[in-house]
Amino acid sequence: MPVDDLTTEANLHTIRDRVRAFELDRREFLRLCSGGLLVCLASPAGAQESGRAGRGSHRLPQEVSAWIHIDADGRVTVFTGKVEIGQNIRTSLAQSVAEELRVDFDAISMVMGDTDLTPWDMGTFGSRSTPTMGPQLRNMAVAARQMLLETAAQRWNVDAAGLVAAGGKVTNPKTGEALAYGAITRGEMLVGTVNGDPPLTPATDWQIAGTAVPKVRGRDFVTGKHIYPSDVVRPGMLFGKVLRPSGFNATLVSADTAEAEKVPGVQVVRDGAFIGVVAADVWTAETALAKIQAKWSVPQQISSQDLFAALQKGAGDDIPTSGSPSVSAALTSAEVKLAGQYTIAYIAHAPLEPRAAVAEWADGKLTVWTGTQRPFGVRDDLMHAFRLAEDHVRVVMPDMGSGYGGKHTGECAIEAARLAKSAGKPVKLIWTREEEFTWAYFRPAGIIEIRSGARRDGTLVAWEHHNYNSGPSSVNTPYTVPNPVTQYHEWASPPLAQGSYRGLASTANHFARETHMDELAHELGMDPLAFRLKNISDPRLAAVFHAAAERFGWGRQKSTVQRGFGIAGGTEKGGYTAACAEVEVDAGGKVHIRRVVQAWESGAIVNPDGLRNQVMGAIVQAIGGALFESIQFANGQVTNAHFADYRVPRFRDTPEVEVVLLDRKDLPSAGAGETGIVALAPAVGNAIFAATGKRLRSMPMAAGEISS
Amino acid sequence: MADITLNVNGSARQVTAAEDEPLLWVLRNRLNLTGTKYGCGEGQCGACTVLIDGRPTRSCLTPASAVTGVKVVTIEGLEERGALTPVQQAFLDEDAMQCGYCTSGMILAATALLRDHPHPSEDQVLEAMNGNVCRCGTYPRILAAIRRASGERESAYARG
Repeated sequence: MPVDDLTTEANLHTIRDRVRAFELDRREFLRLCSGGLLVCLASPAGAQESGRAGRGSHRLPQEVSAWIHIDADGRVTVFTGKVEIGQNIRTSLAQSVAEELRVDFDAISMVMGDTDLTPWDMGTFGSRSTPTMGPQLRNMAVAARQMLLETAAQRWNVDAAGLVAAGGKVTNPKTGEALAYGAITRGEMLVGTVNGDPPLTPATDWQIAGTAVPKVRGRDFVTGKHIYPSDVVRPGMLFGKVLRPSGFNATLVSADTAEAEKVPGVQVVRDGAFIGVVAADVWTAETALAKIQAKWSVPQQISSQDLFAALQKGAGDDIPTSGSPSVSAALTSAEVKLAGQYTIAYIAHAPLEPRAAVAEWADGKLTVWTGTQRPFGVRDDLMHAFRLAEDHVRVVMPDMGSGYGGKHTGECAIEAARLAKSAGKPVKLIWTREEEFTWAYFRPAGIIEIRSGARRDGTLVAWEHHNYNSGPSSVNTPYTVPNPVTQYHEWASPPLAQGSYRGLASTANHFARETHMDELAHELGMDPLAFRLKNISDPRLAAVFHAAAERFGWGRQKSTVQRGFGIAGGTEKGGYTAACAEVEVDAGGKVHIRRVVQAWESGAIVNPDGLRNQVMGAIVQAIGGALFESIQFANGQVTNAHFADYRVPRFRDTPEVEVVLLDRKDLPSAGAGETGIVALAPAVGNAIFAATGKRLRSMPMAAGEISS
Repeated sequence: MADITLNVNGSARQVTAAEDEPLLWVLRNRLNLTGTKYGCGEGQCGACTVLIDGRPTRSCLTPASAVTGVKVVTIEGLEERGALTPVQQAFLDEDAMQCGYCTSGMILAATALLRDHPHPSEDQVLEAMNGNVCRCGTYPRILAAIRRASGERESAYARG
């Protein structure tokens, strides 16, 4: 392909599809991409800091060229190991770079999550893309802009301070002369060091960042053209299926694959207990897999019915049953004392696109296109599984069908690679919904115990919060209370595979704490909002409570038997949120969430439309965990591994949702993909209590109906 | 294996597939029409929705051999001469997606709804759409997009 075609592609996000046809290494890619490549060595403080923040031996590159390059036509390609999973980071990071580089938004294209092309990255999780990758790329863009200004100044023999960078060109206001960025870099390798630490553009001056730029290539999503990991096609590609054990922790006793091998065009792959099939089409592969007769030995395991008793025993041993002595002492000054236990069930991420991978071996090098939030982590998994050197494995992550923290691991990639290795051809493997529900991992179940005390005037005086197994995220209370004790207790041998989930344990800990705060308010005879505000010293937290309450009309109507109002809020990962919920409980005890107003603040807003979408989506997704999502299991099997049995939120479950955004242009931008999920469940539970007088302390709250 | 002639997006397409092979796999793997998505294989999520003689149908539960002599329309077949349909345009205008994996099925379900009921009641919308799952939770925006496509700018749902 001629260079011009490739450079044209550089402005499109299909760039990776073209590149992979060549099996280029990165240096070759850059050579073909750029008539003039901007290379400069920058030493902004922020970049070094991010480099040190890297895990293990990974040090982030400090050359601008590793992150950004500008071709002869002024098109800008940005490289980041972060991935797009629906959170709109492809758009918002491009906005930040366009802003600092002073180019049009459309001049930017992002290459993301490709281990051969992008700098190492830990992964896209923990709401870190906006607060860490944002400044990283902005620093690099500022350094690049500075280099462009200095190079133009040298060419014109003037002082760079008198020049202006805007609209993709450098202009001399005195002479009217202008040089496009592409013309500055053309045919030259610009190497230099940017001195000092050029300041980032303050949010109050943003022109492109801070605006509602539409999702890049949105049209591809409404026309079916976007290529997800499960859509990748390679020449000669076969389809794979993997035999699953009959239960968790099973060992293979015997397997008879003779009938499967008789199916025309089918190859059976066996490697220890790993058994899979490949065929020219997926239906034949499925048919053949069903013909394998396997016997498994499954050890006896606890069921979901025994879960909390086992958890209490397994994770609670290190706790004195009387609680912490310091809190006991503080409780002596309390006029109102309360203790409560809260539980949270195992739930599944159930991303609509299940795990998928296409693996291809060529000349000893393995390339896998797969849906993951950790492309570099999956590369490590593959290196380990096949004993390959780093430069012999490439993982490419096409923008995928969501993750919610559920796609950190590389099982599917490894399985596809193993099948492809035996088949001698590329193999596609897409997990079934049942596999996704069973063989992925789950948001940990947990028990939370809280005891507290307050004075009659509503001042909190004692607080103790123990989380067993579900996780430490948000275990600390954001309310002002002297010497609180908060602890997370691990469970060494949980019955299910546990892992990350949007917001991690923040949802569980918020549910317990905000429910408990509501209980305290009722014990004290105080309005739940007033009680909270009395104990909040963080003005950002107070601001979201005020904003949600004002828009909702909190306190304007009293709860009735049919209709209750609840409030809850908190902070995590730099985001602050508060939600008000209106809930109707019908005569049959069925819960209908009618209206939710949620306020959100996470510093300066990079893209208000994308942010609104994230917060709204988190509210809707939270309805599932709040009311009905729960993994049921027995004898090492998930017993509700289908959408027919595992209820997720649908259109009819969706309330009127209103999101109130607070834009703090004076504060750094925090991530917003996760924390929007934490306030809904306690706000709904508190509303159910307000209507029915029934206090629900277990998530999901309405798996059955609320008995009156 | 059987030779099957399908009418997909206005063209006659010949495929060789097992009698019971789902239309979903034929579209995706034999005709390379990957806009139709696998979500559950059980007719529970709507990601695989296509139009068969205008009716929204779960392609994961429909054998390809059962849809000869009828018109199959996938997401790739909606545009006319490069122009988006009003429903596609409304989804774009409302930014009614996050990961977008459910979008094909949502658009086809909404397309059928609005052809049968150009100005649907709220209950008609919920009835038509409730079988389609969006795990990202963009339902309020999808509802707004359907209202927009029906010519009603005023949505019962706030732009959440």
